[in-house]
Amino acid sequence: MKVTILQFPGTNCEYDTQHAFEKLGASTEILWHKSEDVPSDTDLLVVAGGFSYGDYLRSGAIAKFSPVMKAVSTYAAQGGKILGICNGFQVLTEAGLLPGALKRNEHLHFISKHHHLKVQNNDNDFLKELNSGDVVNIPIAHHDGNYYIDQDGLKDLKTNNQILLTYCDINGNELNPNGSVESIAGVCNKEKTVFGLMPHPERAMEAILGSDDGVKMLEGFLKA
Amino acid sequence: MKAIINVSLKAGVLDSQGKAVHHALDSLHFSGVEDVRVGKQIVMQLSHTDEAKAREEVTQMCEDLLANTVIEDYEIELVK
Repeated sequence: MKVTILQFPGTNCEYDTQHAFEKLGASTEILWHKSEDVPSDTDLLVVAGGFSYGDYLRSGAIAKFSPVMKAVSTYAAQGGKILGICNGFQVLTEAGLLPGALKRNEHLHFISKHHHLKVQNNDNDFLKELNSGDVVNIPIAHHDGNYYIDQDGLKDLKTNNQILLTYCDINGNELNPNGSVESIAGVCNKEKTVFGLMPHPERAMEAILGSDDGVKMLEGFLKA
Repeated sequence: MKAIINVSLKAGVLDSQGKAVHHALDSLHFSGVEDVRVGKQIVMQLSHTDEAKAREEVTQMCEDLLANTVIEDYEIELVK
């Protein structure tokens, strides 16, 4: 299993992501944004968290024109699997690879804390090691995590089981930290090959550091 | 030619910054404010002399980069 991790100027979660996947037994490669190809042995491409190009204009708006993004679109069109975490999620929505957009948090604050998430759909490669309704504890750290999609788009997400995770409290009751439509924390495309979420599963790999709930999430990609 | 582009959140998309500014104005006792929307303005100098061509190009810039049309609208004003 080979995981390729994208790196833009300002990305700061690429080494956490690398550590997380290597801990699970995958081999990894960090790919600089100037590259014009995605390595052909890539099984999963991760657009890691952090920032990109200072996030000028809008988060992810400049990154979508990076040389590597053309190759990423081709890779996606061929059915390649992609996971976007935090800024990676923003980049994938800006690039049109995932539906919706990420707006400034409703109360305008940067939020950095552990938050509970409820698994909405597990009929996909990402969350198949979990059950629908499971509650996981995963850190969030974002300023622009307020997921927006219009009513027609929301209907499509529901019809196709594209809502992956929603924000909740420890008991699984809806708890919305940032104003996201229907408390959505993560979605996938209709084909269930491109995944994006604001929370950071790669930061929840060790119980001693607060939570290891990220293990079961990332493991989904590694298990057949 | 100069292009002035105003980008703002679509009607119906909650504008949290506008709401916060409105709230701040209320606490400063500016009681006549009914609604506040915060957007951004991008001003660019163009070498074009043909207005139609300039508008076409700036429209493409807005669609590709300057606005995210999932959540934002844009208005273009050209000044000679």
